[in-house]
Amino acid sequence: MTAKNIRALKVLVFLACLAPLGKLGLEIFGLAGLGLGANPIEELIHRLGKWGLNFLLITLAVTPLRKLTGLNWLIRFRRMLGLFTFFYILMHFLTYAGLDQRFDIPVIVEDIVERPYITLGMSALLLLLPLALTSTNGMMRRLGRRWKKLHRLVYVIAGLGVWHFYWQVKEDILEPSIYICILTVLLGYRILARWRAKRATRTTFQRSDHERTAHP
Amino acid sequence: MELKLDRAMKSSNAIRSWEITSETNYLNRRQFLRETGLVAGAGIASVVLPGRLLADVRDLETVPGPYSTDEKPNSWQDITTYNNFYEFGTGKEDPYENAQAFVTRPWTVKVSGECDKPGDYHYEDIVSPHTLEDRVYRHRCVEAWSMVVPWVGFPLGDLLKRFSPNSDAKYVRFKTLYDPKQMPGQRRRVLNWPYVEGLTIHEAMHPLTLMVVGIYGRTLPNQNGAPLRLVMPWKYGFKGIKSIVEIEFTRRQPRNSWQISAPREYGFYANVNPEVDHPRWSQARERRIGGGLFAAKQPTLMFNGYADQVAQLYTGLDLRKHF
Repeated sequence: MTAKNIRALKVLVFLACLAPLGKLGLEIFGLAGLGLGANPIEELIHRLGKWGLNFLLITLAVTPLRKLTGLNWLIRFRRMLGLFTFFYILMHFLTYAGLDQRFDIPVIVEDIVERPYITLGMSALLLLLPLALTSTNGMMRRLGRRWKKLHRLVYVIAGLGVWHFYWQVKEDILEPSIYICILTVLLGYRILARWRAKRATRTTFQRSDHERTAHP
Repeated sequence: MELKLDRAMKSSNAIRSWEITSETNYLNRRQFLRETGLVAGAGIASVVLPGRLLADVRDLETVPGPYSTDEKPNSWQDITTYNNFYEFGTGKEDPYENAQAFVTRPWTVKVSGECDKPGDYHYEDIVSPHTLEDRVYRHRCVEAWSMVVPWVGFPLGDLLKRFSPNSDAKYVRFKTLYDPKQMPGQRRRVLNWPYVEGLTIHEAMHPLTLMVVGIYGRTLPNQNGAPLRLVMPWKYGFKGIKSIVEIEFTRRQPRNSWQISAPREYGFYANVNPEVDHPRWSQARERRIGGGLFAAKQPTLMFNGYADQVAQLYTGLDLRKHF
């Protein structure tokens, strides 16, 4: 992949990431035969939340995909996908706070404190904030090793986000269960990869020890 | 005298306003059919689009009933496309999508338990002795949204009396049809099928409790619980069991489907109560459907605003415990 190709592809991916927002725009204004149904606020909140989760899982899929395919340039799209995750989740929250609760702060605070699923969602959003703020090249350089550590928070955020979805549905848990399965695979891959890497280093050490004793 | 007349005029105004809505809708439908050239081939249309456009639009013969609210009813569109009827899917538009081919005739209701006249009754046996009334009720879902619906029906109590319940009939238990072939939602065990609901005999006999057969002067659309469903406007919507095939008079309090699946969240009474929250969300306010993107929520009223009629049913009952 040449730098030029990557730049062109980045524009395409950026536009693709905006597509859900574009569709929501058509639905809000009832264009192209689309609509949000009888309860548009709830529908809007749900769709934005689901797109936030979708982008979160897509972002978490980048590393496994890169390692499995050997296409290292994939990593260069991860930041954009992560920022779109933040964007859709922020919109999800603002639609809830603005349209649903009309920025009624006491009611919102009560929701956050008393409704466990909202507590979870709010925590996930707050944890996303430092990740979004430290996503620039400058911050990456400044934080160095700590940047990687900080951005491991994304695993916690993903857990909270999916749990938030699971707790919110009334009885039909099919859809959140699918998200849980995908997240389990994505996190499971990392655990497995780590465990393998550890074992590989250990066997190399053992072999070199053995070789040393055999040929003093 | 003048006051009475005023009231009468007010209520007739209310009726007229929804008749216009219904009329517009009907006209729109005809116009749509004409524009798409479906009227000429109506027979074909009903094959291609079973029931969706050419739903049973037969007008019912009704008289204005008591207890109607003056609030503006929701549109036919909202009432018939935003439904919780898990037998046809858990999405709000699933029932509209999946219930159109549902067969509701012939329809038989089995009556059993503590009564002198048990038996199998046909739909016509159940409905024809009663005068159908228009009643515009507030409808409050446990999910904190609400509508105003112009139901057509008759008091459930009038029907139940015909079965001569005996003195051991303390409760009434209702059951929805179980037919996974027709009801795709029943192919997954989201709830404990068939759907079951219950009322105390006093709740069942209360004049507000309605056996519903229609909406907006027309036969009940399938997605709204055709052909027979209950409406108790002071209770959360899920108590209004749909597509009823069994009525049983019982001695002991029956357990309802939602109570069985989540006893911490849903009780037997399920009376609308802004002071008792659902464990996962507040019941203090509700979103009235139809307000669009910028409408504020409105406060939920005790017993959904029907406290004057029903509060005496629950004197001495701890409503926090018996939610």
